[in-house]
Amino acid sequence: MSTKTNSNENILEVNELKTSFFTDEMEVKAVDGVTFAIPKGKTVGLVGESGSGKSISSLSTLRLIERPGKIVGGEIKFKGENLLEKSEAQMRKIRGNEISMIFQEPMTSLNPTYTVGQQISEAYKIHENLGKKQAIERSIEMLKLVGIPSPEKRVNQYPHELSGGMRQRVMIAMALACNPELLIADEPTTALDVTIQAQILELIKDLQERLNMSVLLITHDLGVVAETCDYVAVMYCGKIVEFADVNTIFSNPKHPYTVGLLDSLPPHDRDIKDDLPVIRGSVPSPAEMPEGCRFAPRCPFASEVCKTLPTLETDENGNQIRCWIYSDKWDGDPEVKVHAKNTERTS
Amino acid sequence: MQKTQKELLKVDNLKQYFPIKGGFFGRTVNHVKAVDDVSFTVHEGETLSIVGESGCGKSTTGRAILRLDEPTSGEIEFDGKNLLEFSKKEMRQNRKNMQVIFQDPYASINPRQTVRQILNEAMEIQNIGTKEERNDRIIELMETVGLGAHQADRFPHEFSGGQRQRIGIARALSVNPQLIVCDEAVSALDVSIQAQVINLLKKLQRDFDLTYLFISHDLGVVRHISDRVIVMYLGKIVEIADKKSLFTNAQHPYTKSLLSAIPSTNTEGKKERIILKGDVPSPIDPPTGCRFHTRCPFATEKCAKEVPTLRSEDYMEEGHMAACHYIEEIKSGEHQPTR
Repeated sequence: MSTKTNSNENILEVNELKTSFFTDEMEVKAVDGVTFAIPKGKTVGLVGESGSGKSISSLSTLRLIERPGKIVGGEIKFKGENLLEKSEAQMRKIRGNEISMIFQEPMTSLNPTYTVGQQISEAYKIHENLGKKQAIERSIEMLKLVGIPSPEKRVNQYPHELSGGMRQRVMIAMALACNPELLIADEPTTALDVTIQAQILELIKDLQERLNMSVLLITHDLGVVAETCDYVAVMYCGKIVEFADVNTIFSNPKHPYTVGLLDSLPPHDRDIKDDLPVIRGSVPSPAEMPEGCRFAPRCPFASEVCKTLPTLETDENGNQIRCWIYSDKWDGDPEVKVHAKNTERTS
Repeated sequence: MQKTQKELLKVDNLKQYFPIKGGFFGRTVNHVKAVDDVSFTVHEGETLSIVGESGCGKSTTGRAILRLDEPTSGEIEFDGKNLLEFSKKEMRQNRKNMQVIFQDPYASINPRQTVRQILNEAMEIQNIGTKEERNDRIIELMETVGLGAHQADRFPHEFSGGQRQRIGIARALSVNPQLIVCDEAVSALDVSIQAQVINLLKKLQRDFDLTYLFISHDLGVVRHISDRVIVMYLGKIVEIADKKSLFTNAQHPYTKSLLSAIPSTNTEGKKERIILKGDVPSPIDPPTGCRFHTRCPFATEKCAKEVPTLRSEDYMEEGHMAACHYIEEIKSGEHQPTR
């Protein structure tokens, strides 16, 4: 269960990562001191609502942040080496080869003017110095692996000739072309229908086992997280508020925000008679970011101590929590019990 | 939940074909059969949901009912009047009885108008009240949907996504409609905000006796908000039932696979998942017979030839119907998957 201790077991360790966007008036801290690790061969889910900084965290990992954004601090250790100290040329060797990425919208991330085969074989030509013919052959193998029917025909088609699910499979084929050790999937199924989503998630899981790949899955869909991840990091306003193994997150969530998220999701497998429990208010804008705990203005338990920022504390199981309720400094209701209504699975 | 059995909206044999132009002189070479022979009724005060995947025709059905697109054929009766016989002017007058809330509130409200102007325009067109009365009503509406009266003179960009959706709801409410078509009305919102808007919609329904036609792909939301549910696939209704029957006793193989495909947050006790092969076929040239037969695990030759009609079996609840040749045989286990 301990994910933080032995660095040999972790393929990726992100420490105190800070990424900011600079406007004329202010610095927007999109990622504000994020720390997490991905154990080898495991899937870590990064969840949060829009604006929580989950996508910026993943883009920062591959150093894909463009102006006016900048990584302003922290370290990103991939197999023990800090990626922030690498040159751009070294990074290019890593991207698509050792670490790959899948994006949400396959239509905008595939080039419409090249065939599927040309786009997949690019990875082989650059990273493995293969010739054109060999590269296309390998591309066909890849398409077969991701379950595209008649790959010999598909390899010569353009993205617009494929359906959404097929395009996402092509993206996956492209990302997996060079057997990456780490796959970063940013909302890989959000644009897809549920029956297609089920296919794609099954595929990623299956390939992960076969290739012993580690996966960082970024999503807002808690159902997807529950079904695919080993560990979950919950982000809110640029910070990780809770990190735990998937069973703990869903059966015994601790942070009031995690609990609020789980509760506000209408379940499809049972009925709720009353109103859905809600998190009051909305995510604060960067200009109005609270000084202390970012969640305090929306938190039903907020107390005086919440006006200062809690730190991310690790418990004996390796799970982490950023909340004053679980510290000896807690000055609110000593009897307070944070638990999700959703976990009362009586029906 | 059904307070009355009065039929507010009756849709009969609705067809919506969109022509595909091509060839010489832009002739119509084919049709996209977006909605193909769909019939159902909506009772006063209930929430009827239409679910299905992209391209199943759920939004097109909603748009056709409001005559935002002119239906190809069929009949739509609203409160006893045949909508398709209305002139444009009569239709516009009738729109005060039937309103719509769209998915993306930013795309569906004018960014250059203040909230006050947006709400006023809707009422002005329908000749509701004097200017003063409308102003009072605007303040009342803003409070009804959970916005502050002081925000009335702000522009849409000054609001968050959830607040903008509240503006869309206020606009729909402003003319006192009987029916509101909610087309993916909460789909673009983050879960914490989505829950707030769902609760608001339910409250408004109780307070103003509204009838909802709720179009969504999110089965969790649908289960929470609906009284009855329609499942569509490739332009056809495959199953219609009371919410409870549909979620606990689905009969059509497509409904079953759709329900099993939703990722569940319940990490204990993983459920059996039916993973469908392949993609949804094109609605330009839909499969013969049962449109689901190309992906259905139970498909036979009969399914490829004969179009199944919506029907009920003795053991099914009243009003529960499914369009499948083998409902009973699959249930009894007599008919096993063919692939």
